[in-house]
Amino acid sequence: MDTNMMDAQLVGRIRNSATFQELEAKRNGFSWLLTFIMLAIYFAFIFSVAFAPGAMSQRIGDSVVTLGFPFGIGVIVAAIALTGIYVWRANTVFDAMTRKIAGSVQ
Amino acid sequence: MSAALRALPAAPLLLLAGRAQAAETLGQLERQPTNWTAITMFLVFVGLTLLITYWAAKRTRTAKDFYAAGGNITGFQNGVAIAGDYMSAASFLGISALVYASGFDGLIYSIGFLVGWPIIMFLMAEKLRNLGKYTFADVVSYRLSATPMKILSATGTLVVVAFYLIAQMVGAGQLIKLLFGLDYTIAVVLVGVLMILYVTFGGMLATTWVQIIKAGLLLGGASLIAFLVLMQFGFNPVSLFAKAVEVHPSHQAIMAPGALVKDPVSAISLGLALMFGTAGLPHILMRFFTVHDAKEARKSVFWATVFIGYFYILTFIIGFGAIVLVSTNPVFLDAKGVLLGGANMAAVHLANAVGGNLLLGFISAVAFATILAVVSGLTLAGASAVSHDLYAGVFRHGRVNERDELRISKMATVALGIVAIVLGILFEKQNIAFMVGLAFAIAASANFPVLFLSMYWKGLTTRGACIGGWLGLFSATILTILSPSIWTAVMGLANPPFAYNAPALFSMPLAFLGCWIFSLLDHSASAKAEEGKFEAQYFRSQTGIGAEGAATH
Repeated sequence: MDTNMMDAQLVGRIRNSATFQELEAKRNGFSWLLTFIMLAIYFAFIFSVAFAPGAMSQRIGDSVVTLGFPFGIGVIVAAIALTGIYVWRANTVFDAMTRKIAGSVQ
Repeated sequence: MSAALRALPAAPLLLLAGRAQAAETLGQLERQPTNWTAITMFLVFVGLTLLITYWAAKRTRTAKDFYAAGGNITGFQNGVAIAGDYMSAASFLGISALVYASGFDGLIYSIGFLVGWPIIMFLMAEKLRNLGKYTFADVVSYRLSATPMKILSATGTLVVVAFYLIAQMVGAGQLIKLLFGLDYTIAVVLVGVLMILYVTFGGMLATTWVQIIKAGLLLGGASLIAFLVLMQFGFNPVSLFAKAVEVHPSHQAIMAPGALVKDPVSAISLGLALMFGTAGLPHILMRFFTVHDAKEARKSVFWATVFIGYFYILTFIIGFGAIVLVSTNPVFLDAKGVLLGGANMAAVHLANAVGGNLLLGFISAVAFATILAVVSGLTLAGASAVSHDLYAGVFRHGRVNERDELRISKMATVALGIVAIVLGILFEKQNIAFMVGLAFAIAASANFPVLFLSMYWKGLTTRGACIGGWLGLFSATILTILSPSIWTAVMGLANPPFAYNAPALFSMPLAFLGCWIFSLLDHSASAKAEEGKFEAQYFRSQTGIGAEGAATH
């Protein structure tokens, strides 16, 4: 590891800087929010399948397709969309803040 | 497999778990006539990958090259390779077969496999990249005591790799016997030898490119089958489903949840194992060290999620396509109306139905290539645990030169390859359907809790992590042995002491609890020191400053 970075004083100073604390609060909050959304969607799906199979078997209109289909495909789309949203926000917001912190280390 | 399918209502998740993962494990498949189209296409693939290995070998000089492809893989490439690691022949043939047999249930299963990826993205990927070097053991021993943590992580790695690898080797033998008409033993030896060549000479660089090419072929082949199926229905999936409901013996029931409803506890437990096990699979975690920085790591997860999600939607269409086009065609059925070669042949027969012998040969070759790529990734992860974690980290306490470590890693690769061949032959006639499920359960109960807490919880101490990790490993293993999947299916005993086929619902919380309680009770001086090092680790995990291979200015 780069020992120069492990200088406790330096770490402590940046750790307490406004930029770092803002990054920490924003990114951690955002990560946990997305994690929570993903878990909620997935377990809503699994619990519906396990405990409300009747509702999931409801046909949509007169087609053979049941409610379970859009729900299931929706979980797949949500998984992709949420990871996409994270990447987009990290690229636009978090990276800039990280660069700023890295710059202050020089 | 038809016998197993009939047993579905009795023990749904065991079969769901076993099936989809191990196309492979499905009993004694009939040997088919030698398929020359498939063999020719496969030889082209082998030739190409050996050329890549030759190219990669010239670029694999340092330990970093061997373990992490020099850190030069791009996020997109790594995403495709991760998707390749994840899309095994088993998930392609097994999940499409599951859809073929029971419709909607196949979707439930594939969703479980997919949702682990967003979690890896939000909580793990960037921090892993920022903290690690070559293996996840590097991350857990960042501030905790190296020797016990590396022994724990290397054991977790080797156990997961072993179960996964045996399942793949046996599957390879069965599948190749079936698709190519080659003898089982020859097939297993062939897979073992090729994988040793790729990994020993080409390291991570060759393994990655084999994986990328295979992922491209698999996605291309599956897309083509799905396209040809949908074309017959005017590109309207609803007409495909309507026709499937009409011809399937269960009719409308294939559009609704079935087996899963009967045992919700196992369903949720399996869901947990799939979701968090993904975040503890050593060959997947290792892939995050092949990219340059945290930004590329998160790009990898995004592309992996896109391709894996797309792939599962394809397998769903393929399964329904097979219901309509394969189950109604006597050419693909035996006298009793069962699929020739077993239920897992649904996708393969469908390729024949929509694309003739050429597409059949192509898909068979892709299935073989897929196994080859997956076993290479597993072997590399296992060899790294031996050489980097155990030899360099534990035995030599980190005081080792690169040449020695590389030599050991190559020896470990050859040894693992030979062990895999031997086990593949020994387990030919065994029921190994539980193995991949167990690998995921152990990954979720031993590797994941320790890795997660080491990055997120300041209070985690070496003692707590070890007790929790070992507790997770042993409880997942013991509960699986006591469950119907081994107790009844393998040992043939009645009344399994543990009723649920998936242990993660119990073993994972146990591991977390163990880590937590024994860390809290740990008042040693070393515990205090470890807590003191958390700040620096946390800082590096958040910013990537000081990370391996990162551009620090």
